[in-house]
Amino acid sequence: MTAAPAYGPALDLVTRVRGVRGAMLVSGDDGIVVAEQLMEGIKGAAVAALASSLAARLRRAMEAAGVGASQFWHLQCDQGGLLVVPAPSGVLVVAVAEPDVNVGLVRLELLRAAEAVG
Amino acid sequence: MTTRAVEAWTLEPLVAFVKEASARLVLVMTSAGQVMAQHGFSRAVDVMSAAALGAAIMASTDEIARQLAQPPFAALNHQGQRHGIFLGAVTTGRSKLVVLVVYDLDVSSFGLVQLFFEQLTAELQAASPKEGVSKQVLAADFERELSDSLNTLFGR
Repeated sequence: MTAAPAYGPALDLVTRVRGVRGAMLVSGDDGIVVAEQLMEGIKGAAVAALASSLAARLRRAMEAAGVGASQFWHLQCDQGGLLVVPAPSGVLVVAVAEPDVNVGLVRLELLRAAEAVG
Repeated sequence: MTTRAVEAWTLEPLVAFVKEASARLVLVMTSAGQVMAQHGFSRAVDVMSAAALGAAIMASTDEIARQLAQPPFAALNHQGQRHGIFLGAVTTGRSKLVVLVVYDLDVSSFGLVQLFFEQLTAELQAASPKEGVSKQVLAADFERELSDSLNTLFGR
């Protein structure tokens, strides 16, 4: 799957960052891919389903902790990482990145993409 | 919640699917509605109704696909406010199976069910007996077969 024309520019913001292996817009409620720009070998549907499930659990944990809504999360692994920003509409903007990516820059672009998606 | 199977080879894949997809209710049945395994149902009458309705929906979508000159639809998802219903077909070496899944939107999602349904499909295909054909239920034996299946499914 590729990005729908309207979402292409939003994903471009993220994928142009060096070290980003792919970006996706995921329906937060359904866990299905809305649009994606991924390098070969990344299982988009699986990442979308699991990231959405994780986002729902994190949201509940944050509500329980009384710290408000999640704005950004970063899962760091030995061979890369997953960075996620929930957009106001409930869509998740997801980036799959290499381990040495500039996390601050990816976060900034994810926030911009989330704003563009609405 | 208990998971029970009439055909033992369906049990392990079903248990794994229920755990991974956080499904609330699952039925594995033949395309004729004959139940092979279930998870989460507490009353036999619910199993019979769900199996009949699930098989009927699949038959209807198969017919729609046939009229459109398309291959049968692989799956169908229907989402309500609190629950979702997923119906998918699995072709095993012996026969075509239908899997009905009811999931809570609070704890699962269409994406998760779809993702782990692919795994369930592969596991059922691998576990399915390769030889022989599934036993046909004759009208004369239908009631006894149904009672036996329901007794197994509810541990009686």
